[in-house]
Amino acid sequence: MISISGLIGQIFAIALALLLAPVLSGWVGQCRAWFQNRTAPPLLQPYYMLHKLFHKDVVLAHGASSLFRSAPFVVFGCMVLACAIIPALSTDLPLAPAADALALVGVFGLARVFISLAAMDVGTSFGTLGGRREMLVGFLAEPALLMVIFTLAMIAQSTSVTTIVETLAHREFLVFPSLAFAGIAFTMVSLAENARVPVDNPATHLELTMIHEAMILEYSGRHLALIEWAASLKLYAYSCLGLALFFPWGIAEGERFSGLLLAIPMLVLKLAIGGFLLAGIETINAKLRIFRAPEFLGTAFMLAVLGLLVRLMLEGSA
Amino acid sequence: MFLADDFPIDFTLQPGVGAPVWRGNAPSGEDLKDFAAATHLAAGRLCAMWGSDERQRGGGYRLHCVFGLNRGHAWLSLDLSADDPVYPDLAGIFPAANRMQRATRDMVGIASDGGDQRPWLRHGAWPADWYPLRHDAVHEVGMGVGFPNLPSDYDFVQVGGEGAHEIPVGPIHAGIIEPGHFRFSVVGERVLRLEQRLGYQHKGVEKLFIGADIERGARLVGRISGDSTCAYAWAYADAVEAACGIEASSRALLLRALMLERERVANHLGDLGALGNDAAFAFGLTQFLRLKEDWLRLNAEVFGHRFMMDRIVPGGVAVNVEPAALAAIVEQCAVIGSEVKKLRTLYDEHAGLQDRFVTTGTIDAALARELSLTGIGARATGMILDGRAHRHDYTPPPPWAALGVRPVTDERGDVAARVAVRFGEISESLRLLREIAVGMPSGELRVAIAPRAGGSGLGVVEGWRGEVLVAVRFGDDGKLARVHPHDPSWQAWPALEHAVMKDIVPDFPLINKSFNLSYSGADL
Repeated sequence: MISISGLIGQIFAIALALLLAPVLSGWVGQCRAWFQNRTAPPLLQPYYMLHKLFHKDVVLAHGASSLFRSAPFVVFGCMVLACAIIPALSTDLPLAPAADALALVGVFGLARVFISLAAMDVGTSFGTLGGRREMLVGFLAEPALLMVIFTLAMIAQSTSVTTIVETLAHREFLVFPSLAFAGIAFTMVSLAENARVPVDNPATHLELTMIHEAMILEYSGRHLALIEWAASLKLYAYSCLGLALFFPWGIAEGERFSGLLLAIPMLVLKLAIGGFLLAGIETINAKLRIFRAPEFLGTAFMLAVLGLLVRLMLEGSA
Repeated sequence: MFLADDFPIDFTLQPGVGAPVWRGNAPSGEDLKDFAAATHLAAGRLCAMWGSDERQRGGGYRLHCVFGLNRGHAWLSLDLSADDPVYPDLAGIFPAANRMQRATRDMVGIASDGGDQRPWLRHGAWPADWYPLRHDAVHEVGMGVGFPNLPSDYDFVQVGGEGAHEIPVGPIHAGIIEPGHFRFSVVGERVLRLEQRLGYQHKGVEKLFIGADIERGARLVGRISGDSTCAYAWAYADAVEAACGIEASSRALLLRALMLERERVANHLGDLGALGNDAAFAFGLTQFLRLKEDWLRLNAEVFGHRFMMDRIVPGGVAVNVEPAALAAIVEQCAVIGSEVKKLRTLYDEHAGLQDRFVTTGTIDAALARELSLTGIGARATGMILDGRAHRHDYTPPPPWAALGVRPVTDERGDVAARVAVRFGEISESLRLLREIAVGMPSGELRVAIAPRAGGSGLGVVEGWRGEVLVAVRFGDDGKLARVHPHDPSWQAWPALEHAVMKDIVPDFPLINKSFNLSYSGADL
């Protein structure tokens, strides 16, 4: 069943994700700096970080168990798998049947469980604090994300990500109101899941306000590099998922190799615009008081449910 | 004469042009305690407390307390015997006395007769029966001869109950800030209690003053808390001038006011940016930092130092300001004023920021008064307490009296109030700066000053953070025998413990920043 071109496309998609994800993070950082009238760090700054971290020794806490050491690899693996099954460039992905949209949510959940457990493993108060907050955000974000996926699955009559994308790409500008609700909900969930403002602040140095950063305070060296890379991959995965679901134009279909040539510049352009908008959102917003995060994610959930209801009641068998 | 006529204490007014200070000796510990209680009843406050070793001058030890009353400051001393230096515990009347009493015990070895006896500044770096500020406490500074580092257990107050646990934070923090330990007792995210342990910045400043001359003392006092260098230098200059019977010229006083207000604006600009940043609104930080940088560059141009260190000296000022520089200051005030106005609108209308600021970290006026709070924190509860401004029964010292300073207050007592007070004080300071620059008289910059053997004085200056006090006493050799600098952070740190109590853990950095207290100034 796996064609040669499919296999090449799959490997290419993973390699591109690994290479492009840190650039996307660097691009968001650059845009943030410009919005704030600061001199921006270089686009490849995340690469320099990774290079530095991979060359540093790992310092382990005395109480660290094997869970602590293995978590970075599990998290990294989860994010690579997620990037592999999200049709960023082409819907011809041999790995796609391995996990549908629901399982994709599970893959993200698995990574979350491991990083949270690892944060609590060494027994510092900040790790526990961060792990606890991450779980709070996670268990509110996941249902909202699932609702978004249900809406899309009903449109495509399938929970397979590639089928959804293929269906949506062929709808020829037929506007589904349900998609608007789902799109806003997805954006909100993405902000929370990727530890961005207004839910978390990736640039903070205040240990008491951190969520994601608090969990990884004890990590160093290659472990930290993997976690940072995984965080970039997660942002990339969510961005590509959002682009594939809501702006699927330009994604190559079937086994046509030439489609990739168009798909790559389209993807880069869309990611650049998305990163720019993300930096804009992060610049104009302040961070929410942490007990407002449930309200924020509750709103996302409500919007997703509205999308589902609109789909069921108004769009019917469209 | 202060509170009632029947106090057995004679007060005399300290000479000089500084803030009004009355001095007296309490005949006994009971009289001191009575005076403290009467001050408390009169809504006064405890401003500072320190001890001195008078054994070389034929006495025992001496406890010094400065009380803040409506008309001015009362500096009360109490002689203690050399054998049993114990005085009545004032922490029951003024909670602010707690840490000052403990620090006094650590430094001089005179103790209160009750209450909290845990060490405060001594972290095990020297033995419990060795007191650095006693004249016979010989310590080879810089010779590498020290004491072995002793373990120091500290009894934090424990909070029990279902789900209650502790979060220890610091003394080393994730950001580049000063060291201090915060022990949170929490249930989930809710803070039940915060207990601070400070003293990590202790570097023996008071010991360094002993035996120094006026010049060296001036340099040292300007380095106790770098962000308040002008306030400290002015308070020290006032104290030394009062001790030596010298008065600075009106031109020098106005130049000091110019520098103090520039220091205030610089710090408020930085704090407002940092407050935005702590709510993840980094745009605010970069904008305010840009304004602060422009401000500091003009400082460097006009005064030769970005923070105006060593520019205020006993006898006057060490720098002349030409008319062209004054014009540049006036011009900059207009530019900064309009930019700050825009940013204030941005802060005020930003829903996310206001949601973080409003009702966060609240203290009310009654609590602020109870804790002897001064400065921004006190004015943000609605208290009209500003050493530069007229109030009932109080006339500020020159040059403030003629300038007519309008104190900025806000009733709310939360982070938003402290932000609003900072904004208000920036515009008031800009107005003052223009007024000072336009009406600068000619006159002597600096008068010669000679130490008066045995003389002593107290200087009080309204710094940007609050009331800065410096007490000075000369020895018989004309060198400094004892200098005690007091930072407003002493009173404000406990207020922070109260402010965070009804809030949640992730709001602490914001509340902390809204006070922005000095570690170095209080750890000495």
